[in-house]
Amino acid sequence: MGEKLLMKGNEVIAEAALRAGCKHYFGYPITPQTEIAHYMAKKMPEVDGVFVQAESEVAAINMVYGAAAAGARVLTSSSSPGISLKQEGISYIAGAELPCVIVNIVRCGPGLGGILPAQCDYFQAVKGGGHGDYKMVVLAPSSVQELYELTVDAFNIADKYRIVTMIMGDGILGQMMEAVEFRNQEEIIPADKSWATTGTEMKRDNNMVTSIYINPEMLEKHNQKLQAKYKQIEENETRVEVYNCENPDIIITAFGTVARIVKNVIKTAEKEGIKIGLIRPISLWPFPTQEFEKYAEVPKAFLSVELNAGQMVEDVKLAVNGKRPVHFYGRMGGMIPSQQEILDKVKEILK
Amino acid sequence: MATVFKRPHALKDLSMHYCPGCTHGIVHRLIAEVIDELGIEGKTIGVSPVGCTYNNYEYFNCDMVQAAHGRAPAVGTGIKRVNPDNLVFTYQGDGDLAAIGTAEIVHAATRGEKITSIFVNNAIYGMTSGQMAPTTLMNQVTTTSPFGRKPDLHGFPVKVCELLSTLEGAVYVERVSVHDIKNIMNAKKAIKKAFQIQMAGKGFAIVEILSTCPTNWGLKPVDALKWVQDKMIPFYPLGNFKGKDLEV
Amino acid sequence: MQQEIIIAGFGGQGILSAGRLLAYAGMLENKNVSWLPSYGPEMRGGTANCHVIISDEPVGSPILNSATALVVMNGPSLEKFEGMIVKGGVIITDSSLVDKSPKRTDVDVFEIPATKMASDMGNLTFANIILLGKLIGKTGIVSKESFAEALKKVLPEKKHNLIPEEMKALEDGMNY
Repeated sequence: MGEKLLMKGNEVIAEAALRAGCKHYFGYPITPQTEIAHYMAKKMPEVDGVFVQAESEVAAINMVYGAAAAGARVLTSSSSPGISLKQEGISYIAGAELPCVIVNIVRCGPGLGGILPAQCDYFQAVKGGGHGDYKMVVLAPSSVQELYELTVDAFNIADKYRIVTMIMGDGILGQMMEAVEFRNQEEIIPADKSWATTGTEMKRDNNMVTSIYINPEMLEKHNQKLQAKYKQIEENETRVEVYNCENPDIIITAFGTVARIVKNVIKTAEKEGIKIGLIRPISLWPFPTQEFEKYAEVPKAFLSVELNAGQMVEDVKLAVNGKRPVHFYGRMGGMIPSQQEILDKVKEILK
Repeated sequence: MATVFKRPHALKDLSMHYCPGCTHGIVHRLIAEVIDELGIEGKTIGVSPVGCTYNNYEYFNCDMVQAAHGRAPAVGTGIKRVNPDNLVFTYQGDGDLAAIGTAEIVHAATRGEKITSIFVNNAIYGMTSGQMAPTTLMNQVTTTSPFGRKPDLHGFPVKVCELLSTLEGAVYVERVSVHDIKNIMNAKKAIKKAFQIQMAGKGFAIVEILSTCPTNWGLKPVDALKWVQDKMIPFYPLGNFKGKDLEV
Repeated sequence: MQQEIIIAGFGGQGILSAGRLLAYAGMLENKNVSWLPSYGPEMRGGTANCHVIISDEPVGSPILNSATALVVMNGPSLEKFEGMIVKGGVIITDSSLVDKSPKRTDVDVFEIPATKMASDMGNLTFANIILLGKLIGKTGIVSKESFAEALKKVLPEKKHNLIPEEMKALEDGMNY
């Protein structure tokens, strides 16, 4: 590890991407993630890379499609309304099996909504915001250090499986500064990109990148291939943090920023004799179902705390599968639950 | 015996799916001949659109990428920015380029992306069966302008070359037609020049090709060629709008 | 031990950079730190604030529901945030700009004419440093040495010549 630096989450994402060998960034400004673009605009020329401010989110994601087809490690970033615009392209990229990394620094919706932090794009990210049966890997960091590490991993995962990998943060993670330590060298896992459209050089048959299969038998086969890949990813790439879950009264589940607040709640509650565990999904898809199965009968109840109206709680319920009650507490519109609110909810459930 | 006519190498030996009398096949062949003549097949990447030519990636021997509707110039931008030594062309119809993809084409031209757009204008939507296009002529009957295109209801046709030639980044803009032999030869010259301009790194180039759609126009193939001559060319004048004298 | 500081005022007063310096100094002392700015339109509209946490433990939420100290450089911010300060905490105001005194009687209040003092020093941008001087002197949140080190890290090289004056401003604040 190198020197400890105090950096903004958004800048750390950009720096991590550069360290992971990403030399192509296409994006469109939107709060609260625009520092990623600022950083890239400044740094890309230093590494002989490319920064393009696209005319729209739609164009940006299609530039990503083109750059990924040409074999590059490529990044785009945006925030909720912009990610909605990108859905068409995300579906095409998924269909064409291209690797890329997309950052969503989530703000509160619906519509133009507000610019403050939220987790209301969980469904969009993990259930597929675009059309068709596709998945993308969704990683949810909860600290600036983790933003760095997961962004590097995201590029390796994307290349390995030829899949879209999303880093899903929120306005707080993007805007906050925290200490970060960069490794001296990143592990860039080499991937076969012989499928890329780089020109035949008259030495091979031509490569075609496409998501269209008009023949239904072929399209079903293509879908089956995608599903098999997703299954493999579920087996290999599920990430979760389990904290304080030995014999707890209740297990809270939360991701990203909310998990940080919950860790404080755990400390406070301990002083009052309440034992709270935390299961923090780091990969939102693939969802850490097995961890929930493992702990399903350990606490009296589960509580999902989210910055939305109750989205991940549905996956928690599916995983706990009726073995314990699963409760929900959420705030919306950019409001953040206080420790006290969460603790009060815990007490109400345990009463 | 000397071979005087053969399939260009850049075109695969497949029969195309286009309707009788459709001129897409001619345009494909012209592109392939130019690729052969410039010896650039090994470094050319084509971008297919959505429309009747959605699967023309199957017809060319160079690397091909299929794009979402209207997004070919953005996809082409991504490809070209990764490998600037590639020759990148987009193949787009009038709905793709001048309706749903207006932002992408205008801004690729604005940025002066070093790509070439082959824009096939037949004044109608072919694949979805004959709806009004942004380039549909006044009073032209289509399935979504059954009483003819009217200014109050539908506005006016888009003149893409005239529009794009106002942009500094677009260095070569030319409108051609493929309704007769002489014009087909001119079209090939324009495509060649547009590719050469890209190879010389000059900027964005577009060739608009007036083309036929006998099926959806409800005309016999020969009458369709005459319709291009009589109806389209008066409204969409042929010629070079920009970059005629550019050295390549 | 966890210190939670809110720094608030108008945009352009160095509110965010004051917080950043404090956090950086904390990090240099191997503490866990976080800095969270207000962001978006309100920044451009005038008011700015940031939440800084300096802690021996890993930082949980970077958002503060309450704070141990408040540094304010305008009246509206005092009104908005003084209720959030814990009993026994510290409120420091720039009395050149904040004409009202805090209503709280259960906290330590320091009213320092920082903008006036900075103006007398010939550089208005030192006002935030003067206020931080009082905060550091009063709470010992970070050492003077760490703060000097943080200045080196945060300021661009071409502004390093200002560091002696910045440190003088810090000491003036401490001693006020």
